[in-house]
Amino acid sequence: MSTYADPYASSRETTEGTVFSVTGGDWDSLVTEIGQAKEERVVVNMGPQHPSTHGVLRLVLELEGETVTEVRCGIGYLHTGIEKNIEFRNWTQATTFVTRMDYLAPLFNEAAYCLGVEKLLGITNDVPEKANVIRVMMMEFNRISSHMVALGTGALELGALSPMIFCFREREKVLDIFEFISGLRMNMAYIRPGGVAQDLPAGAVDKILATVKDLRHSFKDNEKLLVGNSIWMKRTEGIGYLDLAGATTLGVTGPVIRATGLPLDLRKIQPYSGYENYKFDVVTADTCDVYGRFLIRINELEQSLRIIEQCAEKLKSLEGAPVMVADKKIAWPAQLAIGADGMGNSLNHIREIMGTSMESLIHHFKLVTEGFRVPAGQVYSAVESPRGELGAHVVSDGGTRPYRVHFREPSFNNLQSTSAMCEGSMVADIIGAVASIDPVMGGVDR
Amino acid sequence: MFGAAGTGDTSGYGGLVRAAATPGSSQRPFGGYFDQVADDLERAYPDFADAIERVVVDRGELTLHIKRERLVEVALILRDKLKFEMSMGVSGVHYPEDTNRELHAVYHLLSVTNNQRIRLEVSVPDVDPHIPSLVEVWAGSNWNERETYDMFGIIFDGHPGLTRILMPDDWQGHPQRKDYALGGIGVEYKGAVTPPPSDRRSYK
Repeated sequence: MSTYADPYASSRETTEGTVFSVTGGDWDSLVTEIGQAKEERVVVNMGPQHPSTHGVLRLVLELEGETVTEVRCGIGYLHTGIEKNIEFRNWTQATTFVTRMDYLAPLFNEAAYCLGVEKLLGITNDVPEKANVIRVMMMEFNRISSHMVALGTGALELGALSPMIFCFREREKVLDIFEFISGLRMNMAYIRPGGVAQDLPAGAVDKILATVKDLRHSFKDNEKLLVGNSIWMKRTEGIGYLDLAGATTLGVTGPVIRATGLPLDLRKIQPYSGYENYKFDVVTADTCDVYGRFLIRINELEQSLRIIEQCAEKLKSLEGAPVMVADKKIAWPAQLAIGADGMGNSLNHIREIMGTSMESLIHHFKLVTEGFRVPAGQVYSAVESPRGELGAHVVSDGGTRPYRVHFREPSFNNLQSTSAMCEGSMVADIIGAVASIDPVMGGVDR
Repeated sequence: MFGAAGTGDTSGYGGLVRAAATPGSSQRPFGGYFDQVADDLERAYPDFADAIERVVVDRGELTLHIKRERLVEVALILRDKLKFEMSMGVSGVHYPEDTNRELHAVYHLLSVTNNQRIRLEVSVPDVDPHIPSLVEVWAGSNWNERETYDMFGIIFDGHPGLTRILMPDDWQGHPQRKDYALGGIGVEYKGAVTPPPSDRRSYK
């Protein structure tokens, strides 16, 4: 026992024996004291501010030497009350909130929510074809940018620095496309109930195809770095094991369940936004481990590129087609345009409502301030986000604001499997396991 | 914000009251695979008529309203006999006007085998917000039930560790309930004050 009070390493007697608390700083006294103790059970708090926990995730680990005997997740550090806030905004304003939940996959949040609202309105089949094609294309671009962060940060957390540089380079190209089309790089509230916020700018299809070609070429850099790399495989093969039974009962979806061999992909089994019209394969692996999930993400990139190419083909013949439902009682009246300073009001529209048509002004005012009414009822709409099934349970009481919207966030459900994956493994493997789940804390906590 | 009381209706048609019509019970045939699901459930579960309060088919989705005492039995049969292998989560809804059934817990189930989705809904009174836990049936319900407890105060009996999950442990109240104000902070700029969101006219 130490004879002086160390501010960073103290010990106290409890019914379970001596408990040592270390909060950083001097580890010497802890090591000395533990050397005298008979058992080596150590409780380590990891995070929420830790570079390897993939966000503000807190893990409470119980260790027996280097072996993890118990893992508990502490979440809620990024809880923003989005679900509560949107009950106080109209149906269209809510897209601006939900896009900020899972900040790496904003378009999927918008899509899940808007599909729910459209189902409640009964206008699912009235959404114009071009809007659906644009939605699919944007979502697939988003899947690429999200997987890029998953792969880049996952590799970074395991100590491989170069893939991160390449991944963020690729992600930047996708964000440029987002900026070109929607005016914003992230959180763009581009998908709206009834369609999308605005049509594609001139020259979009050519730019999209050029980016696809560029991405397909540069993805090879990452593949060469990691696929089959013996150091990478030693850190990932057989790590974070979760089989099909475990994944099913825990409600795990996305790459984690596809790594058990089950081709569960909502784009195929329950298509939405016209996914049934595209040719693509569902990527699976049968290893149930971190390496399998990594390979799935790598191979899904190519499938996304395939879908985007098919979208670009369709868009060529949809020049000038509408991108918002024809029902003027639902379609957002404000026309947006991209100016030198980003997306803003279209000057032509302002000229019309302020200068020439009183009725347009009234219509604009009513829809923008009060919003449209949505018939009472509840629906559940789900999309396949990069992390799994993103569901929106949307409840309306017939008013102009959502009565209740609950998001079934794939990160939230998938993160539950951390304990099942990590208990019994080594401390260092927790990092790989959590990175392979790819939780985005903005989505987990909402 | 501008001091309007009441509905804030400035259209002149304030006398018009639009009643929100919630979808009522549905009768057979339900359409699609819903009849098949209902038939299979009736066959596998003799107490069907007693356990299911009503069946609602709305917008192409099936909702079974279940008595809370029977929830675990029904869930087990749905999982084992009807192949609803995955529970996609629990979400709460608070209906303060629905007397003695204020708190609803909604379970979204997915059958991977049959590619089907159904929804279970359980309603309980505010004064006795107890629902049996489904963690034993689908382990993934653990966090979802904790979240619903955190946000609505529904107590899931038999849950292995029903504690708050998103809010701090010492938080007072359950934020997603309708009687819990949104709150917020007013902003003053050059003498003009913008009230907090929950006090603005349009947000009342």
